[in-house]
Amino acid sequence: MTARGEELLITDIGSEGSSPHKMTNMDGRESSARWEHFPHEADMGIRGMGITKSQAFEQAALALTAVMTDPQQVSPQMEHHFSCEAPDDELLLVDWLNALIYEMACGHMVFGQFEVKITDHYLVGIARGEPVDRMKHEPAVEIKGATYTELSVRHSEENGWVAQCVVDV
Amino acid sequence: MDLNLLSQISPYEWHIPQKGKMRVPGIIYADESLVRDMDLKVYEQVVNVATLPGIVQASFAMPDAHWGYGFPIGGVAAFDPKQGGVVSAGGVGFDISCGVRALYTGLRADDIIPVKERLADLLFARVPAGVGSTGRLHLKPKEMDDMLAGGAQWAVQRGYGTAKDLSRIEEHGCMTGAKPACVSDHAKKRQQDEMGTLGSGNHYLEIQEVVETYHDPLSEQLGVHAGDILVSIHCGSRGLGHQIGTEYLKKMVVAASKYGIALPDRELACAPIDSPLGQEYLGAMRAAINCALANREIVTHLVREAFSEIFPQMALPLLYDVSHNTCKVEEHQIGGRSRRVFVHRKGATRAFGPGHADIPADLQAFGQPVLIGGTMGTASYLLVGTKEGMGLAYGSACHGAGRSMSRHQATRQWKGQRVIQELAAQGILIRSPSARGVAEEAPGAYKDVTAVVDAAEQASLARKVAKMRPLICIKG
Repeated sequence: MTARGEELLITDIGSEGSSPHKMTNMDGRESSARWEHFPHEADMGIRGMGITKSQAFEQAALALTAVMTDPQQVSPQMEHHFSCEAPDDELLLVDWLNALIYEMACGHMVFGQFEVKITDHYLVGIARGEPVDRMKHEPAVEIKGATYTELSVRHSEENGWVAQCVVDV
Repeated sequence: MDLNLLSQISPYEWHIPQKGKMRVPGIIYADESLVRDMDLKVYEQVVNVATLPGIVQASFAMPDAHWGYGFPIGGVAAFDPKQGGVVSAGGVGFDISCGVRALYTGLRADDIIPVKERLADLLFARVPAGVGSTGRLHLKPKEMDDMLAGGAQWAVQRGYGTAKDLSRIEEHGCMTGAKPACVSDHAKKRQQDEMGTLGSGNHYLEIQEVVETYHDPLSEQLGVHAGDILVSIHCGSRGLGHQIGTEYLKKMVVAASKYGIALPDRELACAPIDSPLGQEYLGAMRAAINCALANREIVTHLVREAFSEIFPQMALPLLYDVSHNTCKVEEHQIGGRSRRVFVHRKGATRAFGPGHADIPADLQAFGQPVLIGGTMGTASYLLVGTKEGMGLAYGSACHGAGRSMSRHQATRQWKGQRVIQELAAQGILIRSPSARGVAEEAPGAYKDVTAVVDAAEQASLARKVAKMRPLICIKG
């Protein structure tokens, strides 16, 4: 789900790196919101992209889920609300991801849908998901934390907003 | 890594000359092939660590060094509080006091073969492993604080493990200086269901056969013979350590400018050892070390329960328990005098040489056992620390094979079920809740552990005692 509330379908789940997981609108138009993983020798890099910073943070959260399981396999049965505040965009991204990681660990949850609204360096977010089911989700690995390695939140004409970092698994 | 960046001192020692903001040189212990295969990021990270305040002697990398975050994994660095030295949350990492322990079984390979499937199933049923698994022990707040203060000693008092185990655990099973009050309620909550769990990723429980011994009679003296069966457990401080790492990393990033520390990489977040934040982190980090020691003691208890169903009355005494993500206060001879320094080992194992006071009395003659975890398809090693190693990198050695391939490259190349079948054909039984997790941990995704261990021995960091191959591997 995007910050604009459009209903989106995720396509091309299952590959990574050079082929980002593009979002397609219900009418088949391609959205610029997408996520991908990038390589790190020991751990996993996650990257979210979108027209807005909020979209990029939503997509980064989908990339986070995909480290563990296929986001498409997660039913939006329960809703968790988050708020984070940080001195800059990059620390805000780490806070957002670590808030999700904490809820996944303590609540034994997986999330597949995200809504984010960022105002200055204040974030409110909603994550929808369900309790982790080892048969259904086949979780590959638990995520220990979001790191400051390869951490950046930036905007470019070419890619729009990009939010990324390495997560420790 | 481009060898032109380094000056070669010996076939197993390479220096990064001090330049720019580096306060000390970098030193990499590895052979030429391992150094060539190291990512340039390892070079950058060794250099960055060398710029931190109060670093002593050099920024070291072990033969299994690979791209970490802040510090390289396989990085060792010591800091002197009298020279403004720092403690770094990034230099310890998220999985505080992750480590390996090995248990004797008294069994031979022939004893295991007929019961292998049953034993694998029993261990998989008894020891919680993988994402979302929970332990049977749920601690109330007072019990949590007692565990964080007491470590494996607390576990033994609660009936997990035996008092005899404690002499074979670093710090006698209890890290002094732990401050449970410095551990947040969030971190304690994250741990409440995770006591006695293995975790996931590269953590494992293995039944191993000793396939080769070296430097006899050293292996004999340590009670390890070809054909013997050992149990190996690799896990850490679970959610508590991860949360402490997360929280203090942020605190140190935010506070760095207050302390006048210019961070070349935010992941190197640190605080002066003598600052309130530095002391607070040390109290929390030591509590996480105790959590890891208690966790491995409880897992050991579960393993003994599983074994007892097939082999009643079996004791499974502890060979040794060693951590590889820590910061510890140690006395070392540096520049001809004894200095008290804070040694960070990030993905590096303590490897004290013979005669060191911190080694159990019955092992003093041999050096501290060093347990090197391999992959589920290759081998693990038992080594001991050396006298020479004490003068090289504060008595430290490598900790494992180190990845050569990212997780997502591995899942492109292998399918979990296929890996399990291929290993079964080699006589290695895998039990795991996640096929993708197995693919990510495929043996081919790691460096050659034998090359890493040989380099550690050739560099005199440690001496080989025994090589073990897995027969059963429980993967999270």
